[in-house]
Amino acid sequence: MNRVARQIISFAAFGAASMILVGSLHAQTIHGLPPEGRGADVKPNKSVGRASEGKVEYKRFCAGCHGDRGDGLGENTQWIDPKPRDFTQATFKCRSTPSGTLPTDQDVINTIRRGIVNSNMPQWRPLPDQTQADLLAYIKTFSPRWTTEKQGTPIEIPPETPVTTESILAGRAMFQKFECWKCHGTEGRADGPSASGLTDSKDQPIHPYDFTTGTRFKCGTTNADLYRIFMTGLDGTPMASFADNIKGTQGWDLVHYLRTLQPLRTPESELWKTWLATHANELKPIGPESGGR
Amino acid sequence: MQMKIVAGVVACALATMALKPATHKPAVNRVAGGTVAGKVTFTGTAPRMKPIDMAKEPSCAKQHATPVMNESVVTGAGNTLGDVVVYISAGAAPSTPPGTAATFEQKGCQYLPHVLALEAGQKLEVKNDDQTSHNIHPMSKLNPEWNKSQPPGAPPIEVVYSKPEFIPVKCNVHPWMHGYFAVLNTSHSAVTPADGSYSLSGLPPGKYTVTAWQERFGTQSQEVTITGNETAKLDFVLKATEY
Repeated sequence: MNRVARQIISFAAFGAASMILVGSLHAQTIHGLPPEGRGADVKPNKSVGRASEGKVEYKRFCAGCHGDRGDGLGENTQWIDPKPRDFTQATFKCRSTPSGTLPTDQDVINTIRRGIVNSNMPQWRPLPDQTQADLLAYIKTFSPRWTTEKQGTPIEIPPETPVTTESILAGRAMFQKFECWKCHGTEGRADGPSASGLTDSKDQPIHPYDFTTGTRFKCGTTNADLYRIFMTGLDGTPMASFADNIKGTQGWDLVHYLRTLQPLRTPESELWKTWLATHANELKPIGPESGGR
Repeated sequence: MQMKIVAGVVACALATMALKPATHKPAVNRVAGGTVAGKVTFTGTAPRMKPIDMAKEPSCAKQHATPVMNESVVTGAGNTLGDVVVYISAGAAPSTPPGTAATFEQKGCQYLPHVLALEAGQKLEVKNDDQTSHNIHPMSKLNPEWNKSQPPGAPPIEVVYSKPEFIPVKCNVHPWMHGYFAVLNTSHSAVTPADGSYSLSGLPPGKYTVTAWQERFGTQSQEVTITGNETAKLDFVLKATEY
């Protein structure tokens, strides 16, 4: 009896364990979604970084592109476009803080985790939190700005407004008014009149983001990430901050419109398609001749 | 005997100055003093400035009857050089930044002025007079780099630079727009008009280093000594680099 019973028990235990495991995986992918949506990097990294440890990891994982001196001149740099970040300037694209200020620690950690789409910066999500924090501590040693300046205060993002046709239309008017189309194109295809001559702060050619091919943005995937991108601007690039001109929930209108340009089935694009089917002739095309209704 | 009195008075004055350091700052700007003046010229062949095609921005193109020329080298008759920042780079007493704001305007898709001299710590206002959105992108290295959009009718962007630096400014939407913020740590500065003339006045007696900076031709420094209320003549000759 003992042997058989033991086998039965162990089999049952294995089954139960598998069920729990599958269940927990299931819970993570479906119910465990952070409130900002799939792929949001909201998990804070609470580890305390150690620059001395970070130096070792940096040489191993980062120096090939970002260079031993952090100047963005690693041995691979000549083959890479866009060029790797120069940490000696401490100018960062992906921030939650106003243009011209240093990012928060979590902003940089998020970039390390997420990688940067359309560039050679991969995701470093598999690195443990401690390693990521160590890397950040070491990256900070490349610029005195990290010791002489205070990190910026994250811009406030109000709760998202409902996705409505009115909101999308208001966003479309903003896309026209703020002349987003000059670079991003009248249909978000990155083919606006100013798109071809854009250069970054190091005089390297740079492309505007093409909304019609991408699913991920440079600094995230969620609506909140999109909101943050145009409010903070991507420092070091032609993408300016619009925080002086777009206030509070108004920004969500632009987010909702931008979502309709993407090749995705989003709530925004579904609603927009339905509305357009009957109202397309009411819209003036976006562009120099003032798009509107 | 008279000499002794004079020496005594000078000693007293010096002692008073030494005793009141921070509270009483000598008002450098208002006190009559020496002047350094002269002309900035260049040798060699200056690059030819090309006309700017503003066809991509009709609202700006129609503001100009004749095509606007690139402004990176502005010259006058007799090889004089405009848009040169001439300033006291060493020797002057530290100055407090003025309360008035320096203004940088965007008009007809051009920067007015092309080169703006201001003091570190002085407020800077960037205005948009155009019917189009501009983005102001000063590409500073020592000061924090920012990039802000300014649609038509938006209020002026206010900013203060804390460190002296020559900062190239551009508008990414209109790539021909190009200018400079010359952030200096002195109130004694001038930007030359096309005739290359400049004058730095109100200099107390002393030895000064005067520097001239041009965005394409680089910098040149000379020393000058002011003894009283005289005007010292100091000309600069920069070497033109063609491209």
